Amino acid sequence: MAAMLELRAVKAFYGQSEVLHGIDLVVEEAGMTVLLGANGAGKTTTLRAICGMVRSEGQILYAGRRLERCTTEQIAGFGVAHVPEGRGTFIGLTVEENLRIGGYTAAGRPDEKIQLMYGYFPILAQRRRQQAGALSGGEQQMLAIARALMMSPRLLVLDEPSFGLAPRVVEAIFALIERIRREQQVSVLLVEQNASLALEMADRAYLLETGYVVSSGSAKMLADDPQIRRSYLGY
Amino acid sequence: MAETFPVDSAAKLAMERESAIGFAAWRWAGAAALIAIAVLLPFTLSNYHVFELTQVMIYAIAVLGLNILTGYNGQISLGHGGFFAAGAYTAAILMHRYGVPYWATLPPAALVCFALGVLFGLPALRFEGPYLALVTLAMAVAMPQLLKYFDVLTGGNQGIVLVKPLPPAALGLDRDRWLYFFVLVVLLLAIRVAANLLNGRTGRAFVAIRDHPIAAAAMGINTARYKTLAFGISTLFTGVAGALAAIVIGFVAPESFTLFLSLSFLVGSAVGGIATIGGAIVGGFFIEFVPNFANDISDAAPWAIYGLAMLLFMYVMPRGVVGTLGPWLTHVMQEFRSERHAAK
Amino acid sequence: MHQLLQQVLSGLAAGAIYASLALALVMIYRATDLVNFAQGEMAMFSTYIAWTLVNAELPFWGAFVITLAVSFVGGMLIERIVIRPVENAPILTAVVVTIGLLLIFNATAGWIYSYTLQEFPSPFPDRPLFGALMTTRDMGVIAVTLVMLVALFCFFRFTATGLAMRAAAQNPESARLSGINVGRMLALGWGFAAAIGAVAGIMVAPVLFLDPNMMSGVLLYAFTGALLGGITSPVGAVIGGLIVGVTENLVGTYLIASQLKLTVALILIILVLVLKPNGLFGTAVVRRV
Repeated sequence: MAAMLELRAVKAFYGQSEVLHGIDLVVEEAGMTVLLGANGAGKTTTLRAICGMVRSEGQILYAGRRLERCTTEQIAGFGVAHVPEGRGTFIGLTVEENLRIGGYTAAGRPDEKIQLMYGYFPILAQRRRQQAGALSGGEQQMLAIARALMMSPRLLVLDEPSFGLAPRVVEAIFALIERIRREQQVSVLLVEQNASLALEMADRAYLLETGYVVSSGSAKMLADDPQIRRSYLGY
Repeated sequence: MAETFPVDSAAKLAMERESAIGFAAWRWAGAAALIAIAVLLPFTLSNYHVFELTQVMIYAIAVLGLNILTGYNGQISLGHGGFFAAGAYTAAILMHRYGVPYWATLPPAALVCFALGVLFGLPALRFEGPYLALVTLAMAVAMPQLLKYFDVLTGGNQGIVLVKPLPPAALGLDRDRWLYFFVLVVLLLAIRVAANLLNGRTGRAFVAIRDHPIAAAAMGINTARYKTLAFGISTLFTGVAGALAAIVIGFVAPESFTLFLSLSFLVGSAVGGIATIGGAIVGGFFIEFVPNFANDISDAAPWAIYGLAMLLFMYVMPRGVVGTLGPWLTHVMQEFRSERHAAK
Repeated sequence: MHQLLQQVLSGLAAGAIYASLALALVMIYRATDLVNFAQGEMAMFSTYIAWTLVNAELPFWGAFVITLAVSFVGGMLIERIVIRPVENAPILTAVVVTIGLLLIFNATAGWIYSYTLQEFPSPFPDRPLFGALMTTRDMGVIAVTLVMLVALFCFFRFTATGLAMRAAAQNPESARLSGINVGRMLALGWGFAAAIGAVAGIMVAPVLFLDPNMMSGVLLYAFTGALLGGITSPVGAVIGGLIVGVTENLVGTYLIASQLKLTVALILIILVLVLKPNGLFGTAVVRRV
């Protein structure tokens, strides 16, 4: 399968400190790759490097383009939708305004797409005129994903979508992500601490530790690895 | 790659100590040379130039006050012209109405301005950066109006005309040169006091509060007390400078203390180096000579040049002349010394 | 009673001007986190441009529109060229830069146009209205300000660019991730602010007479209004400006001589900051340690 996104020997820097030491990573077309690792391993930094939010070296290839010299907004324009840590909701705007912003770059009229989003997430339709800051955690996560989908992305980048959410909500959200991936053939790069659920859904997995990829392969392979099971899956 | 440490660490320590002493020696030599020049200069220049240099020193003291507050303690003041005016008018009123001899007006001016600074500093504790700048700006704009209003005390629009002091007969100096040395002594005193303060515990507290106020408070530094103290000391310096200005110029009027005076201090501070002591002197030169030179071009030119200077320095040399050259010189000297040691 | 109403109404007209400038200040603060000390001088310079056009025999409203357009572009250029380099610098650097701008505009105006007071025409005749309760000129000022505010509100509420600007001001990082060119939005913000300032300057010039120092008092009152309303709230800025206008007028008429009006502004600023640091409508900024 062709690769939607490929990282080759990518290093990332905060100021003078090198925090990623040569990462190789692949997300297949319409596939799902999950990045695992403890806090501080460099997962979020990897995502930020992809979106040009952090100084990096190495190659970042996306659908035939090199992303390293592009600005964040340009990369978004190429169809990379990044839902950051903490969701990045515009809390001062209404739910519908948040969605509209999501559709800022995409061609076509936003109104139809917004209706589509309300189809996926009925709860957002109910709260469309409320301030986004008043939504619950799960609702904000749905809004964040909906906002990303408004971009009609080809690559969806999600940073810890399960963070702070109740298990049932997490299951619903993951089911939704999987549904969207199938229906719209969107590639997904997922960072998760909730390893077991993520490994069930993903095709490929990478394990990061202090800026290095220490283990990689198919998701099933990592899920069956006894060491990883002990450290990250708890059994 | 592993670092190589000198095998003999005692030797390394000795080398560092020698460096430190070496630096101190250079510093003292430099300061002594500058003082010597300052003492000899008035005898080689005309009366008018001596007067100008006296003005430079007065501005230096004022800018030093601003540096203490804004540079070292991080509280932005756009209104130091107001405190300068307070010191000037205190001295003028004491001399004019109560016949106080000129040299005796300095302590009261210092005290009054210190009190004013503390009074201002207390509510200022609640204001952050741009808000404090705003309040002080408002004060600077309102000051001429206030001075004109209380005309019974301040002489209103006409201001107060003073008798210029007579030099002591024994020294055989004329008035301009006498005042030059008078101000020079005050300047040297001010620098000494500032250096002691800023290099010691208080100074470190000031800087800690400027850079990391929350961490400073967490370490047990009483930020409220130190910030208020910084304000008071700062306005004390600027107020004394104002008093000296009244004495040397012999005249105070509201129109001398407009917003532009406050902005002049800011420019002098920024150009010289806002978190330095020596920068105040550079600033003093800038404030005194640039407008004179620019006035030849046009009426509006001084302010345009001030504005351009502010922009250029913030882009290119945000630490000012002394703030940028100082560390650079130190760096150069360190390289020089380590090369010499490597050769040994 | 009649006089009180009169003073309130003329205070509202003055307040409309302060409200406009306050709005400009708040726009820039929300977008770039900067207090633009040069806002008044920029407005003054725009007013001189309008004056030049009017003197060149252009009809008033034509000059008005051209001045607004020029000011808009000028504001954008200033953000790009002067402010962009120091956007992430410490506060003091930004303060010094805007003060530098203040001085440059003031000096340039003084150099080109000299410091003599000039008359500036008002498009509204100065006739009594509602039985000498207010003048048509005051009414005109209020009307123009109202139209401008409504236009701005519609722009920010209903257009895609307006929404993008609001998003960029609130959360620049998320805005970038949504494909918004935040830098361009900031420049637009400065453009709008400059244009609004131009309106304020043109409205006030007939009353204060045009000279390079015309706006310093107005700027102070605008700041007071912005702080009173909450420096993060556009609605607050407008209401704050109006309150300051009315207060200034009433205090000047009934309490103290007009020489101390600026001192009143100073005291008001201090009071507001001490009692309500976030103003009437502002939101407290939670800072993470």
